[in-house]
Amino acid sequence: MTDVDKEKDSRKIKSVGKMKEIMTAYYIDAKTAEQTGKKVAWITSGGPVEPLIAMDVIPVYPENYGAMIGASKMGGDLCQKAEELGYSGDLCSYARADIVCSMIDGGPIGGLPKPDMLICCNNICGTVLKWYEIQARYYNVPLFIFDTPFCHTEYADESRRYVRKQIDEYTNFLENACKKKFDHDRIKEVGRLSVEGQELWQEVLDTAMNRPSPMTCFDAFFHLALIVTLRGTQIAVDYYQSLLEEMKQRVADGISAIPNERYRLLWDNLPIWYRVKWMSEKFAAHDACLVADTYTSAWCGQLKYMDGDNFLDSMAEAYTRIYLNIGVDEMIKIVLEVVDKYDVDGFVIHSNRSCKPYSLGQYDIQRAVQKEKGIPSVMIESHMIDERSFSESQSETRIDAFMEMIKQKG
Amino acid sequence: MITAGIDIGSITAKAAVLEDGRILGSKVAFTGYNARQAGKNVFEDLLRELDMDASSIEKTVSTGYGRNSVKFADKAMTEIICHGAGAYYLNPEVRSIIDVGGQDSKVLTIDSDGRVKDFAMNDKCAAGTGRFLEVMARALESDLDDFGDLSLKSDKPSKISSICTVFAESEVISLISKGKSREDIIAGIHESVASRISSMARRVGVKEPVMMTGGVAKNIGVVRALEKALGVSIEVSEFAQVNGAVGAAIMAMRL
Ligand code: SF4
Repeated sequence: MTDVDKEKDSRKIKSVGKMKEIMTAYYIDAKTAEQTGKKVAWITSGGPVEPLIAMDVIPVYPENYGAMIGASKMGGDLCQKAEELGYSGDLCSYARADIVCSMIDGGPIGGLPKPDMLICCNNICGTVLKWYEIQARYYNVPLFIFDTPFCHTEYADESRRYVRKQIDEYTNFLENACKKKFDHDRIKEVGRLSVEGQELWQEVLDTAMNRPSPMTCFDAFFHLALIVTLRGTQIAVDYYQSLLEEMKQRVADGISAIPNERYRLLWDNLPIWYRVKWMSEKFAAHDACLVADTYTSAWCGQLKYMDGDNFLDSMAEAYTRIYLNIGVDEMIKIVLEVVDKYDVDGFVIHSNRSCKPYSLGQYDIQRAVQKEKGIPSVMIESHMIDERSFSESQSETRIDAFMEMIKQKG
Repeated sequence: MITAGIDIGSITAKAAVLEDGRILGSKVAFTGYNARQAGKNVFEDLLRELDMDASSIEKTVSTGYGRNSVKFADKAMTEIICHGAGAYYLNPEVRSIIDVGGQDSKVLTIDSDGRVKDFAMNDKCAAGTGRFLEVMARALESDLDDFGDLSLKSDKPSKISSICTVFAESEVISLISKGKSREDIIAGIHESVASRISSMARRVGVKEPVMMTGGVAKNIGVVRALEKALGVSIEVSEFAQVNGAVGAAIMAMRL
């Protein structure tokens, strides 16, 4: 091993191996569900998953799979196939890639296991409605739509009643689909584990408040997988417990995520999955550590609305008030808080042409951050998994200029 | 202290040599296929003109898209920082710079110390860049150098979309077939470029005085169209096209 390799090795997060094991076991479980007599539900990333766990249904996330497609650089080809089928190139690249994977029975890990039901929650976007309708027709399985009204500023009483009612409809739907009674004791336990897992995930992210930070948002993008897929299980709780311990140990031992952290940055929007390594190296070469992001915190940002003891009721509000379902003014408040909390020197904005609800309002957020906090920002245009839309030299010039600006500021 | 700046753009390569912040000379050449060679050539040609030897240059900074291919430079810096430094050198009062080059356009604001405060660049499309104008010149079978003067003769600029270069080209062809005058079409093309750039400029927030740099600044038609679109007057220096190289040479003084 060369000195450089050794140096790199000393910075590696050890929990990565454990995470890969868990994810492999999870996907094996899901892919063999038919043999083991378990049911599989496809669910949107922001969907209320806890009732599924309580019913022993294996939740599968096409969006998590989308990230996998992106990381394995298969997005461009799959998106192109979708366009050949008539889907517009303006459509979310997760949707395009997932629909094609179903049709060709392909993609990473040989495609996702077939769903027995679909759970679509529109708290993240409107695209998922059509996407899941297409899949419901394709697989000929029941689809439950969990409709969460947009919260411009507040959660109105009408919304509260409307969303709460759907939770009962949701449990009825599951009873029909699984042909068994909904277990109200079990959901309490699952709810408690969900809250505990989210609290731990928040604590993990908070270790980045340390200077130097033991992790970057690029690490968070990876370790996020469990809080998305296995939220509400003991496995997720145990994993984040040990990840948190590792992070605390790194802080105690002075192990930083990048060799010389001089600048601390905030990332907005989804990762550019096929360029995570390139990006992380690019920023590290500028001694810049991306200590926080608005994306991975979406799976713990609603903790204040959640109540482990009264889970089903509080779940309605928590799932309605997620980051993508609130007004831009509310988003601005959150971003400004994050800027202070993690003490960042600059703001990196991924204008993601795939995800409109996430990218809409970014200019306003950018302006607010510049005005209120006086820190430089940069915008990089891309599609999160469609690598055909990424221009390396253009992105590089923007990042380099942005870093020169921060350095000039001193 | 003698410094040099090399700016390798997508269409042209530029070099400038400064002594203690005074411009000794500058040069422009086509980049062609080999960016590395282009940088070397334009630099050597300039030195020859100035009757100088490479060893007399103390520091060199490269910039532009080909910045990393200039191996003899001491440092590579982005054209954003260099255009800011160049404009500030030409006129320290300037607060906004609109740079329109071959394949990109950008708008930046600088503070009273010449530091870049914010910038925006064109999205992945050549609309609103020098390449766009080149494509249009070809469609019109005109010389790009005449574009500026011709467009000033128009009193009824044609409407041309600013969304896509390829579509705009077919629009131009259909305008030609409809018998629109060359002057009006060219004026329309300039307005289309200006509308694209002005929305970007507004995003960053235009502060006067405004300077335009880059090769397209030589086109008086685009400058006038931008002035109209933004409601400001825009100054253009005789060094507009080599501003990036001048800025790079300024940055080299600080190495
Ligand atoms: S549009 Fe955005 S929120 Fe909706 S599925 Fe695509 S990435 Fe997810």
